[in-house]
Amino acid sequence: MDYFAQQLINGLVLGSIYGLIAIGYTMVYGIVGMINFAHGDIFMIGGFIALISFLVLVSLGLTAIPLILLIVLLVSMAITALYGWTIERIAYRPLRHSFRLAPMLSAIGMSFVLTNFSQVSQGARVKPVPPIITGGYTLHEGAQGFAVQLSNIQIMVVLATIVVLALFTWLVSRTRLGRDMRACEQDQTMAALLGVDVDRTISMTFVIGAALAAVAGMMYLLYYGLVDFFMGFVAGIKAFTAAVLGGIGSLPGAMLGGLAIGLIETFWSAYFSVEYKDVAAFSILIVVLIFMPTGLLGRPEVEKV
Amino acid sequence: MSAAAATTPLLAVRGVRAAYGKIEALKGVDIEINRGEIVALIGANGAGKSTLMMTIFGRPRARAGRIEFDGHDITGVPTHEIARLRIAQSPEGRRIFPRMSVAENLQMGADATECSDAEREAGLERVFALFPRLKERIAQRGGTLSGGEQQMLAIGRALMSRPRLLMLDEPSLGLAPLIARQIFDAIRTLNRQDGLTVLIVEQNANHALKLAHRGYVMVNGLITLAGTGAELLQRPEIRAAYLEGGRRG
Repeated sequence: MDYFAQQLINGLVLGSIYGLIAIGYTMVYGIVGMINFAHGDIFMIGGFIALISFLVLVSLGLTAIPLILLIVLLVSMAITALYGWTIERIAYRPLRHSFRLAPMLSAIGMSFVLTNFSQVSQGARVKPVPPIITGGYTLHEGAQGFAVQLSNIQIMVVLATIVVLALFTWLVSRTRLGRDMRACEQDQTMAALLGVDVDRTISMTFVIGAALAAVAGMMYLLYYGLVDFFMGFVAGIKAFTAAVLGGIGSLPGAMLGGLAIGLIETFWSAYFSVEYKDVAAFSILIVVLIFMPTGLLGRPEVEKV
Repeated sequence: MSAAAATTPLLAVRGVRAAYGKIEALKGVDIEINRGEIVALIGANGAGKSTLMMTIFGRPRARAGRIEFDGHDITGVPTHEIARLRIAQSPEGRRIFPRMSVAENLQMGADATECSDAEREAGLERVFALFPRLKERIAQRGGTLSGGEQQMLAIGRALMSRPRLLMLDEPSLGLAPLIARQIFDAIRTLNRQDGLTVLIVEQNANHALKLAHRGYVMVNGLITLAGTGAELLQRPEIRAAYLEGGRRG
C-alpha cells in the first residue's frame, strides 16, 4: 500500500509535466489542425532558458530562492514564448494555405533545427544542476521500513501546474482572447467576419502553448536536476501521445492524458520493468484508440457540409 | 455630415469580379446601397449572391473592380478590419459557433466593434426584444439549437455589432413560414425604427421584394435587372422565373 501511494505521487508529478506540454499540442491542433512536432523541443528550450537564467541570477549574487525561482519562471516563459511566436511566423504561417502536410513537414524540420541549435550552442553533454529545492515530508512510516515521501519539489511541481492551469482555464473561458481562440478553432471564416484577427489569434496560441511548455521545462529541470539537448524528443512524443489519448483538441483531455501517461509509466516501472515503460504507455494508447478512436474526452469529427 | 457624404451610397460595388479557383462566380457586378435602404438581391441557386456578400468581406478577394464603404475603398482591406467598420453579416449556413453558448455567440458579435458595457446591454435587450426565444436559450450551446433558433442567433449576433450595414443571407431558409414572417417583421422594424441599412439575399423573392425598397436580380454572376421592389414584382420575367415558377416547383 505504501509503495503504491509513493508511485501514485511520483506518477502524478511526472503526469503534470506531460500534461503541461500536451496542452500545447492540443491547442495548436485545435486551431490550425497541424501537429506541431517542434513543440517537444520548445519544452527543451524552456528547460535550457530556465537553467541559463538561474545561473545568471546566481552569479549576480541573488540568494533568495523563491525570488530566483519566480524570476526564472517568468524569464523562461517569456523567452520561450518568443521562440514559439517566431517559429510560427517563419516556419508555419507562410505554409498555412499550402497542402495539408506542408506545415507538418516544416515542424519536423524545425524540431531538428532546435535540437541541433541547442547541441551546437550549449554542447552535447547533459547539464546537471545541484538540487535547488530540497527537503520534504514523510507522509507515512511503513511497517517494513518503507516510507512514503513527498518532497518539496514534488509539491512545487504539482502546485505550479495547478496555478498555471487555473490561469490558463480562466484565460480560455473568460477572456476576449480565449473566446477569440475558441472562435477560430470552431470557424475561422466566421471569426474573421466578426472582426477577429485570425493570424494574431493563431500567433497567441503558439505563444501560450510555448509558455506552458516553458513551465514544464523548468519543472523538469528542478525535478530531475538536468537538461540536455535531446530531452525534447521523448518528452514531446509522450506529451503528444497524452494529447491523443485525452482526445486531441480537448484541453482538459490533454491534462487528463498527461496524468494517465505519467501514471502508467510510473506504475509499470514500479511493478514490472523499467525497460518496457514506454512500451506500456504506447500499448495503452493503442488499446484506448481501438475502443475510443477520439480519445478519452475527444468529440467525434463531424463532417461539415 | 456634408451634402456629398449624404449622397454617396453607403456601399458601392463597382465592376467586381471574383472566383473560387478557376470558376468565376462574379463577372463584373455593380450594386449600390443607400443609407436607410433595404435592398434585396434575388436570383437562382448558384447565381453568385452569397459569393457577392462574402466578396464584400474580402473572402474571396475581388479580382477586379472596386468596393467602397462610406466612400472609402475597402477592396483590399483585411476581412477582420472590414468587420470593424461595422458591416455585419448573417452568412449562408448561419455559421453559429456550435460549442459556445448563445450568450457567448452574441458576445462575439459585440466584440466585433468597440462598445461600452451599457451599449452591449442595450444591444442584448434589443436582440431579446426581437427574439425572446434566444433569452430562454441563453446558456445553451449554439450547436444544440433548432434551425430557426440558429437563424435568430445569427441575426442577433450580427445586430450585436451595432452594424451600419446588415447583410442577411437567406434569413428564411429552412424556417417554418410563421418564424420566417417573424424574422421579416423584425428586419422591417429595425429599418423603420433605427434606420438600419440592410442587404438581403433571398430565395423567397416574393417576401424579399415586398420588404425591400429596391432589388437586384442576379443571373450567372451578373446583375441583369434592377428596380424598386414593387417594379420588380410586376416584371413578367421575374414572376415567371422566381415567383410562379418557384411555386410550381
